[in-house]
Amino acid sequence: MISKFKKRKLINYFNLSASIVVTAFGLVMLAWILTVLFGKGFQHINWAVFTQMTPPPGASGGLINAIVGTLLITFFAVLIGTPIGLMAGTYLAEFGGKSRFSSAVRFINDVLLSAPSIVVGVFVYAILVKPQGHFSGWAGAIALSILVIPVVLRTTEDMLKLVPVQMREAAAALGAPRYKVTIDIVYKAALSGMFTGLLLATARIMGETAPLLFTGLNNQFWSLDMNQPMANMPVVIYQYALSPYEDWQNLAWAAALLITISVLVMNIIARYSLKQPSSR
Amino acid sequence: MTTQTMTDQTQPENSGMGFKMANALKQTEERTKLLEKKDSVRLVDSPRLDIRDLSFFYGKFKALHNINMQIPDKQVTAFIGPSGCGKSTLLRIFNRIFDLYPGQRTEGQILLDNNDILSSKVDVNMLRAKIGMVFQKPTPFPMSIYDNVAFGVRLYENLSKSELNDRVEWALQRAALWGEVSDKLNQSGAALSGGQQQRLCIARGIAVKPEVLLLDEPTSALDPISTTKIEELVHELKSDFTIAIVTHNMQQAARVSDYTAFMYLGKLVEYDHTDIIFTNPGRKETEDYITGRFG
Repeated sequence: MISKFKKRKLINYFNLSASIVVTAFGLVMLAWILTVLFGKGFQHINWAVFTQMTPPPGASGGLINAIVGTLLITFFAVLIGTPIGLMAGTYLAEFGGKSRFSSAVRFINDVLLSAPSIVVGVFVYAILVKPQGHFSGWAGAIALSILVIPVVLRTTEDMLKLVPVQMREAAAALGAPRYKVTIDIVYKAALSGMFTGLLLATARIMGETAPLLFTGLNNQFWSLDMNQPMANMPVVIYQYALSPYEDWQNLAWAAALLITISVLVMNIIARYSLKQPSSR
Repeated sequence: MTTQTMTDQTQPENSGMGFKMANALKQTEERTKLLEKKDSVRLVDSPRLDIRDLSFFYGKFKALHNINMQIPDKQVTAFIGPSGCGKSTLLRIFNRIFDLYPGQRTEGQILLDNNDILSSKVDVNMLRAKIGMVFQKPTPFPMSIYDNVAFGVRLYENLSKSELNDRVEWALQRAALWGEVSDKLNQSGAALSGGQQQRLCIARGIAVKPEVLLLDEPTSALDPISTTKIEELVHELKSDFTIAIVTHNMQQAARVSDYTAFMYLGKLVEYDHTDIIFTNPGRKETEDYITGRFG
């Protein structure tokens, strides 16, 4: 019989090696994607990409309408989704406690968090696009906002719960009413964390394709009208990458690289802002 | 020894008359009498808080059993006793901070200026503005030193900028922190050392000019030098405020307080002038605890 110590060392050795192998596998995949993306995409990023419209087949062009479309749709999605997620998260962390209602909300939010985004797309298609009779930027923004809510809700709740209960007691002990404790003290203490949640949510929806296929669709032309179908990066990538035209494929590479970089940058900022010594 | 008998000995009835008459007794006379009886003083001259038959429940668990005592005005009253004896619980009733948590409730009364502060009609926020509290762990708010001190003041008073400046300076002076922070009022309160943070919390508490200041083990997270500073501060502050301090450090209670209450298992075992408690305690349990035989 092996001694307990030897057994423990063996288990440790095994688990550690397994962890390293799995981590390496993930990292290799990521590095692979990034290398290919940079290799194929970087050469196609040029001035035209930021100045010209998406071209018809066979012609050369840029991505400006898709870039602006993505920015618009993302902006409104965050604008719609953030207040809801923020308030619901605040309710769960500060007021709901362990009540049945808040447990139910928490559970539903977890389901929403992992819901396939295509289901959200079909849902908005059914309640907005179908009755209206046409695709629109608004439908896209609303579909994406449904993806924003659970992320913001979860991070808000988690971050508020990290604020020590003594801080709330100290504020209450000065005679501060409940809402002031929450807004002036707890929010302030959790600000960087909540901001991180917002960035992560933005990063998450920027690359979403499936919901947009059913809602915002695409638009070959310049349009700032949110009531009309709207060009956006993910759908452009989807359509152009599958097309037989080389110009389109090249633009798809460029678009893929651009969106990856923005998501990467946003995640890095989120990380960084969380690491900042929060004034606690 | 039951609470019942203790109550019977010193408190003839719970009527206002009884208290007035008792207060009229000369202090020396009362002391001699109580010394003879070897019992605790629950009646003091000019009480600020008058606690009558107070019990406290965490859900179904009764944590405090029929406490009767008076906290004297502009004096320091210390609460000592082994962990879990209910001393912090008692302190947290005085400003109703326990109200934040569902399932915690009280029975009995606590009179402040002849009003029962436990009544549901009392606005707890107004009450907490009158009865300030400093906690065990320093809790600077995530804002500048100035705003930390001004936070409570802004809640209830509309002061001009210069008046507010004066108030902040006054509070920091009283908390013996002004000299160390006067040139960095805009820096974050979190950047201060632990002892400074705790004095900042005291400044924050007294800036609203409360009648009573509750200190819940204010030095247990601090180093000896900071502890000394806070103790000196407590001594200073009693000219303006009524102070109740919970401490697990008996020497501290002996150093800073005028009255000391010894609690055990949710009951007030003995309450008397501090020198009597520490030199000539009336009860065996008190003596055992003071001399370190248990707890």
